[in-house]
Amino acid sequence: MTRLAEDVEQTVPIVSNDDVVRARQLVRTLAQQCGLSLVDQTKLVTAASELARNTLVYGGGGAMHCATVRRDGRRGVHAVFEDSGPGIPDLDLALTDGWTSGGGLGLGLSGARRLVDDFELDSRTGVGTKVSVTKWAR
Amino acid sequence: MTDRVPILKLGRVLLVSIQIDLEDQTVLDLQDDLAERIVTTGAIGVVIDITALEIVDSFVGRMLANAAAISRMLDAETVVVGMRPAVAITLVELGLSLGGVRTALTLEKGLALLERGRATSADRG
Repeated sequence: MTRLAEDVEQTVPIVSNDDVVRARQLVRTLAQQCGLSLVDQTKLVTAASELARNTLVYGGGGAMHCATVRRDGRRGVHAVFEDSGPGIPDLDLALTDGWTSGGGLGLGLSGARRLVDDFELDSRTGVGTKVSVTKWAR
Repeated sequence: MTDRVPILKLGRVLLVSIQIDLEDQTVLDLQDDLAERIVTTGAIGVVIDITALEIVDSFVGRMLANAAAISRMLDAETVVVGMRPAVAITLVELGLSLGGVRTALTLEKGLALLERGRATSADRG
């Protein structure tokens, strides 16, 4: 499946709490540009907030790359969260509701997956973690 | 420096209206400030107005649940008011249904709920 980038990708470094806010705001702006419904905008921005926080808290910081995309005539928002942290040793476990390695509720990763249309998780121990998500306009 | 969310006193109720895009530290500060203010003011209830919040993620959701639990232990009831429909839909899908948190659609209804609750417990003595 080809996913064509419509615009230049924008990058937000995620190294502090206010960067999480900035990442959310950029995703919201792009979601509005794409004509995502209000509910879908809310879902995507919430997922972005969870993933940006994971990048900061568990990944020790990283970046979000975000762009509007187009596939089969539909527009969407694609966001990638990347860090060079310790990685996730057990991906299945990390995607389980309620499981957390930190002090959270364990809903970040599994919840974010439910809130978007496409979700890819790539993590290598000692190398880092990359989570890619896309939400399409209906 | 992080912003702090103001806590207003309205009779025996504390009113928190969140008007900014919340940073995690601001969320944690609010939780602590609320506990402190409940005790210093002897408030019987807390209304948290989230009308302006475009999203509630698991971090903010947890704060709302904690605030409700903490205030209950300090003899005050918390009501969350003004949740947007899209936020409710997203929270449930996220897996956070905020079971222990009382909600009301508007500030007015939230305040009425607190007054009713107090009247009932006063009747019981």
